[in-house]
Amino acid sequence: MLRKAIWAVCFLVAALRVDGAAAFCGFYVAKADTKLFNESSQVVLIRDGDRTVLTMANDFQGDPLEFAVVVPVPTFIEREQIHVGDKAVIDHLDAYTAPRLVEYFDEDPCIDRYYLERSMALKSPDVDGVVMNALPAALGVTIEASYTVGEYDILILSAKESSGLETWLRQNGYRIPDGAASVLGSYIKQEMRFFVAKVNLEEQAKAGFTYLRPLQVAYETPRFMLPIRLGTVNAKGPQELFVYTLTRKGRVETTNYRTVKLPTGMDIPVYVKGEFGDFYKSMFDTQTDKEGGPVVFVEYAWDMNWCDPCAADPLSHDELAGLGVFWLDDPPGGDPQPLRRGPSNARDVFVTRLHVRYDAERFPDDLVFQETGDRTNFQGRYVLRHSWQGDSTCQQADVYRKSLPARWEKQAQSLASLTGWDINMIRSKMKFEAPEPAADKKWWERLWN
Amino acid sequence: MGVQISEALRDPRHFQIAVLVLLLAHGAVGLDFEIRPVIALGAAFSALASQLVFARLWKLPSFDPRSALISALSLGLLLRTTSLSTALLAGFLAIASKFLLRFRGKHCFNPTAFALVGVLLFTDDAWVSAGQWGAAPLLGLAVAGFGSLVLWRARRSDVTWAFIGSYAVLLFGRALWLGDPLAIPLHAMKSGAFLIFAFLMISDPRTTPDSRAGRIAFAALVAAGALFIRFELYHTNALIWSLVICAPLVPLLDLLFQGDRYAWSDFPRKHHHGGRINAEKGDLGSLLPGCGAAG
Repeated sequence: MLRKAIWAVCFLVAALRVDGAAAFCGFYVAKADTKLFNESSQVVLIRDGDRTVLTMANDFQGDPLEFAVVVPVPTFIEREQIHVGDKAVIDHLDAYTAPRLVEYFDEDPCIDRYYLERSMALKSPDVDGVVMNALPAALGVTIEASYTVGEYDILILSAKESSGLETWLRQNGYRIPDGAASVLGSYIKQEMRFFVAKVNLEEQAKAGFTYLRPLQVAYETPRFMLPIRLGTVNAKGPQELFVYTLTRKGRVETTNYRTVKLPTGMDIPVYVKGEFGDFYKSMFDTQTDKEGGPVVFVEYAWDMNWCDPCAADPLSHDELAGLGVFWLDDPPGGDPQPLRRGPSNARDVFVTRLHVRYDAERFPDDLVFQETGDRTNFQGRYVLRHSWQGDSTCQQADVYRKSLPARWEKQAQSLASLTGWDINMIRSKMKFEAPEPAADKKWWERLWN
Repeated sequence: MGVQISEALRDPRHFQIAVLVLLLAHGAVGLDFEIRPVIALGAAFSALASQLVFARLWKLPSFDPRSALISALSLGLLLRTTSLSTALLAGFLAIASKFLLRFRGKHCFNPTAFALVGVLLFTDDAWVSAGQWGAAPLLGLAVAGFGSLVLWRARRSDVTWAFIGSYAVLLFGRALWLGDPLAIPLHAMKSGAFLIFAFLMISDPRTTPDSRAGRIAFAALVAAGALFIRFELYHTNALIWSLVICAPLVPLLDLLFQGDRYAWSDFPRKHHHGGRINAEKGDLGSLLPGCGAAG
């Protein structure tokens, strides 16, 4: 009998990619995409009114025969409501929304006589552009439909009771973790159906893909939620989940858990350039621990028309359409149009990237969302500020040089506070000694310096 | 002086204002609420200005900012919007509902809840961040503790406990029926938004039924309504919607169960049965023509 692991909105993923691109506001140098997190899932939710398009992306590396996905869905799903998407678009969305590292280079203080720390003000944008037949009826399981879409065999199941569904799934080779029955039972009583997909090897060979493409489902429901409970049943530890929402009005947040913004905008030591991935992972760990309770982090919230600095270009019209943004061609004027700060070719798409580290203990319930009217742009952005290395001599240069240790110390402390890394280790990597505490100086020594 | 302090301590509104200020400070500093000063001040200005205008129009002897301040602080805690006009509208709606939507001398709606539902319905840019409080046990304890103090002063703790009780019975009952772990209903009941609603909103003595039986029935109705809105209609802000939708039932409950009309200050203690009271010290609204109070 085939043994399939159940992936309930949780997929395997595995490396830091460092690309280069320039933008107005500092030079973008690196991003921290989802590949940093092992065993993470990515979900895209397109939503306007009750219309929803759910895309589940995965980077499953094992034997395709071992792959199966069971997702509770609120309605019956017809064949035309299912689509197999393009993995590259999800990767693009990941790159576009990833926390990013930017760098600035100090100017020669002798030339810029009014040298001041530059503010972080954002400037104008820069845009370029089924072999399942174990007496289902006897078990109270109804196969409401069975489809082959792309490389997937898909069943839409409804069930009368969880034990029957569990038995049926086990008999058909699905490896159901202990404890899943009660979760399945809860969804059954909430009149949800189950979208069950596995890989059809013949179709996969025909299609010629060596990886599994994302599955997309379009449906209409007042429930703006993401079922995560099945994902916690057999989890070996906390799961990483990235949810990208593309909506019309504004930012999305969870209503049954706190949604908080990731710390952003800090100056950190320049050596982090070489280890941005480690930095980001440690920072996420530390912030999660610091919050203690269940928290959903916002990593990015932005009008899809632009970005600054751009970790990747905004998604194209075709890419958005491929993801299921169904209102792109709607004539403007029906709904109130938001005030735009971006360039022309305005599209009514606002993206929110949420990052959740969940387990059954802290996140007992599914994620419930709401769309807000907030179109304030937010990004996880960390700043490297290279000090000026020239040998000009002038009064400003002296002042500038004397100010550097304090600045480095501040950067070291920011980094330690964000990541929980040892401050002495950070200082030694930065190759500077902690400046004398100001208190040790005579007051007149601090007076003109 | 001593009499003044003792009088001030008798009025639960002073406790409520203190609790709301503490919560607002905790939200802004401890929980990083995105409270935009312009929005919070806009709503506060609008509420206080509306109170002043209505007090003049209704020829009240003086301007009492306390109730309007409670509405303003509550809006600061709950209302999120990016638009100043929405904040101004919310402040106005809260106070206007108090003066205009009255039945047999009582205002029908909790002013804050009415204003929130109004801006949620009629504007495109208002929302309530129910999840913003998280489920911090310390916050829960603080809300419950301070809230109880307000309720004790207002002698209206029955409605809160009846609401919490019926909500718990229904929510845990649903979880047992679904076979869900009890962590799920417990998570919902630990939510700061739920506790604030229970201790500081539904308990509003001016918009709850006059009798204890009526209040208990009202609390149970609001709880059932909220769960219906949440789990059948899948609508957000179910508690606030349910409170507003159930509010018109209060006159009916007052007819069914007779009780004392509430007056903010119980100093000097004078209560009359049958839904009419004399003008009491600190109860300016009771001077409204044919009305009990606008406070």
